[in-house]
Amino acid sequence: MDGELNVDLLVTYDVETVTPQGQRRLRKVAKICEAYGHRVQKSVFEVVCRDTDKVRFVAALQDAIDPTQDSIRIYHLPAHALDDVEHLGKPRPIDPRGPLVI
Amino acid sequence: MTELLNTLYVQTPGTSLRLDGDTVRIYHPDQPGRHLLPLVRLDHLVLFSGVTPTDDLLLRCADDGRSVSWLTGSGRFRAGLIGPTHGNPLLRQAQHRAADSPQRQLPIAVAIVAGKIHNARQVLLRTARDTSGPRQTALRATAELLAQRLELLTTTASTNEILGVEGIAARDYFAAMPYLLGDNTDWKASGRNKRPPTDPLNCLLSFLYGMLRVAVQGALEQVGLDPYIGFLHAVRPGKPALALDLMEEFRPLLADRLALTMLNRRELTPTDFEELPNNAYRLTDNGRKTVLAAWQQSRQREWPHAQLNRQVPAALLPLVQARLLARHLRGDTVAYEPWTVN
Repeated sequence: MDGELNVDLLVTYDVETVTPQGQRRLRKVAKICEAYGHRVQKSVFEVVCRDTDKVRFVAALQDAIDPTQDSIRIYHLPAHALDDVEHLGKPRPIDPRGPLVI
Repeated sequence: MTELLNTLYVQTPGTSLRLDGDTVRIYHPDQPGRHLLPLVRLDHLVLFSGVTPTDDLLLRCADDGRSVSWLTGSGRFRAGLIGPTHGNPLLRQAQHRAADSPQRQLPIAVAIVAGKIHNARQVLLRTARDTSGPRQTALRATAELLAQRLELLTTTASTNEILGVEGIAARDYFAAMPYLLGDNTDWKASGRNKRPPTDPLNCLLSFLYGMLRVAVQGALEQVGLDPYIGFLHAVRPGKPALALDLMEEFRPLLADRLALTMLNRRELTPTDFEELPNNAYRLTDNGRKTVLAAWQQSRQREWPHAQLNRQVPAALLPLVQARLLARHLRGDTVAYEPWTVN
C-alpha cells in the first residue's frame, strides 16, 4: 500500500448503448471507474489515486471499450485539484474525502 | 512513506457491507440507492456491533492486507482480521530477545513513559497559555510537577519503579483535569475512572483510547512487530502489551486534547451521553458518530516530528513510531526515541 495519492483525474465517458454489446461495455466501464473513483455525475468520475493505480486504470478502460464507437476523456488535473471543487445543487450521498462514518 | 488512506467506520446497526467488483457496497434498508466506495482508497475498516460484512469482502481485505477490526460501542476491541501473511518472524525474534534482556527492555520502557509525561506536560502548558489567573497558575504548577517526575525517571532501575513514576505522574495530570476543562459547567472532572467510566469525560477518554489502540495495534502488525510482547506493560495472555506501550506517548496529545477540545467547544452536549443504571456512562449513537467524525478529522492534522524533521499526519504517527521501534530492535539505532512535541 505504498506510494503517494497525488494523481487527480477527471474521467468522462461516452459509450454507444444502442446494442446489447454496447450496454455491456457501458456497465463494464462504469464498474472500472467505480473501483478507482467516485461517480459525481451520470458519466463523470473523479479519481484520486497513486500513479501505479492510474496505469492499471487506463489499461482496464482501454480493454473495455470499442475504440471505433466509444470514447473516454481523462483530464489530468494538478495534484489535489479535486480537494477544491465548487458544487451546486443536490449533494452526493457520501463525501469520500470527509470522514467515512456510517 | 505510506500515504494516508481513509478508514471506514460503520456503526449503524443493520448495515451490511458487500464486495461489488473492486468496491465495497454499503447497504442499509433505510437508505435506498447505491453507496459505493472504491477499495483502493481504504486501508482500514472499523465495524461496530450489528454490522455484517460478507465473506467475499473479508477475504478480499485479507488478500490486500487491509485491516478489519470489530469494536464494541464503547470502543473496546473485540476482534480483528488476520490475513495469510502475518508479520516478520525475524523482527519478532529480535523483539522477544530484547524483551527478555533487562539492559535493552528498561531503556525502551523509560523512553515510553518519558514520552507520555513530556506530552502530558505539553497539554497542560498549551492550555495554560490560553488562560489566566488561578487556572493558569494551577496548570503551570502541575506542569512543573511533571517536570520533576521526568527527573525521577533517570534513576529508575526496574520496570516496577518506572510504572510507579508513571502512576504518580498520571495522578498529578488527572488531578489537573478540572483546570483543563475550564469553566464549562456542563462537565465535571473527578480523576480518571474506567471499567466502567462514571462520567462523560472518562467515557469519552475511554472511547478515544479504544480508537487509538486500534490504530497503534494495526501499525505494529503492519510493521511486523508482535503486539503482545511489551517492554513496559506486563506480558499476560490476551493483553496487547506492546500496543499499550506504544500508545502511551500518543495519549495526551492525540486523545486527551481532542476530548477536552470537544467538551470545551460544546461539540458534544450532555445529551450525547447516557447514564446506565450502574452509574456508568456511554455515548449515544449520535454522540459516537460526532466523536468518530472528529477523531477522523483530527487524524489528518499534521504534527511536527523532530527525528524525521518533517510534518507527519496524526494518522501516520503510530506507524512511524512502530517503524522506529522496529529499527531499534533490529539493532539499527542505539535507542528508541518517543514522539514528543515542544
